[in-house]
Amino acid sequence: MAGMIEKMGNLDRRIIFILIALSVIIPLALGLIFPNPVGAEPSRALFDYVEALPAGSSVLLSFDYDPSTMPELQPMAMAMLQHLFRNDVKVVGMALWPMGASLGQDAMSSVGDSLGKVQYEDWCMLGYKTGGGVMIVRLGSGIQAVFPTDKDNVPWSEIPMLAAYSTLQDFDMVLSLSAGDPGIPAWIMMAGDRFGVPIGGGCTAVSAPQFYPYLGTGQLVGLLGGLKGAADYETLVREHPDAVGAEGGRAVAGMAPQSVAHLVIMLLIVMGNVAYFAEKKRKGGVK
Amino acid sequence: MNWEILGIWIGALLSLSLYSFLYRDNPFYKFAEHLFVGMSAGYWVIYTIENVLKPNWWQRMFPAEGGFQIVWVIPGIFAFFMLARIVPKIAGLSRLALGMIVGAGAGLGMVSVFQTNALAQVEGSIISISAGSAFEMFSSLVLVVGVVSGLVYFFFSKEHTGIIGGTANLGITILMVAFGASFGYTIMARLSLLIGQSQFLMFEWLPTIPRILGIGGGA
Repeated sequence: MAGMIEKMGNLDRRIIFILIALSVIIPLALGLIFPNPVGAEPSRALFDYVEALPAGSSVLLSFDYDPSTMPELQPMAMAMLQHLFRNDVKVVGMALWPMGASLGQDAMSSVGDSLGKVQYEDWCMLGYKTGGGVMIVRLGSGIQAVFPTDKDNVPWSEIPMLAAYSTLQDFDMVLSLSAGDPGIPAWIMMAGDRFGVPIGGGCTAVSAPQFYPYLGTGQLVGLLGGLKGAADYETLVREHPDAVGAEGGRAVAGMAPQSVAHLVIMLLIVMGNVAYFAEKKRKGGVK
Repeated sequence: MNWEILGIWIGALLSLSLYSFLYRDNPFYKFAEHLFVGMSAGYWVIYTIENVLKPNWWQRMFPAEGGFQIVWVIPGIFAFFMLARIVPKIAGLSRLALGMIVGAGAGLGMVSVFQTNALAQVEGSIISISAGSAFEMFSSLVLVVGVVSGLVYFFFSKEHTGIIGGTANLGITILMVAFGASFGYTIMARLSLLIGQSQFLMFEWLPTIPRILGIGGGA
């Protein structure tokens, strides 16, 4: 028994890596899908807010991330775009992160094409602009001055849908998919608190806890936190009567390995603690 | 040559090389690491020139309709001052540029940061604990008790004994719960990245192997 406890306490870290890898690979290989019930969470608040936007509304969607956080944020982008396009909301994309513009254009083009939405009539991607919060303040006085052309260098005046926008306040809401700084805090500070534009969005799980205070104060209308938030939004979008037969998203598929891996980690934490206290007791260290 | 498959294979082999570090340090990992650092640096230089310097500075100094806008020489000089840091004799010039950046940032952020992160949060903490459903009342109570006891923990002008000590202990407990939740979210984030990369390897890379070997559908 003592030998086993000692082995548990000195488990080779590579065994832990293998266990975690298996806990991810096996559910993915088996195609396991766990139920993902969505309660009264910030994800539902965001979904309900977007759902309440009337057809023809406008949303500024900012892709503030890069490929390193794609597994969490790209599924959010896809689900949000499906929801917005399905409700006939016009979407203008932009990015506070350089690579976000390309990732955003890919998502908008792919979802837009699948739902019959036309570039420059239903959506367009303005591209990336440096400056973070300072640039957002400038958007409040004139968007065209900041983005004289879109990402593909098409002049503002030649894009029909952009005629309706002159400042940030012309949008019904701003959605930011944020992997860090600049991201959601800059949008809340400059677009939300300064210009009164409602802000919602999604973020990586690492940064989610720091944004929860903004939900309580209403500075954020809703929030998707990490893969769970993305899975929530995919579930809510798929549950809608208009989405019958829609394919499941990557986030929902990722929640089964996520759950199994969490169980394995919890088990390892318990094992580590049992080994630690047993060892201490054996040596007479626990009073 | 199928460029898409080539891209998938490069991505997959580099991913596996990086994961090989989990076993132990090895030449494959070192190669992938150095390639990543070098390519990132090169990519960022070009990206910054094309997407920041050219549209925001050069094309404004020399507009497409012709002419020369002399005012844009000033940011160019400040940019040069930033680079002066690498020459010890004139390194002091970089302070001018840094001072301008810090000053503009502080001036712009002072009011906004205070409004967003202090005033609005204080306002959000002043809530009624007797309104709404039983759950909402409980949530409000937890918020109020959590904020007060958390603040008491950081109040060092009085010894943490008696009622102050008890409240401070409650405060540190609530802080620990918050840190625990934050740590849990961090684990979820790291696992999400592993899941994303596993999905890529299993559903995008592995299916290309039979295609290359001519077992499956055409490439």
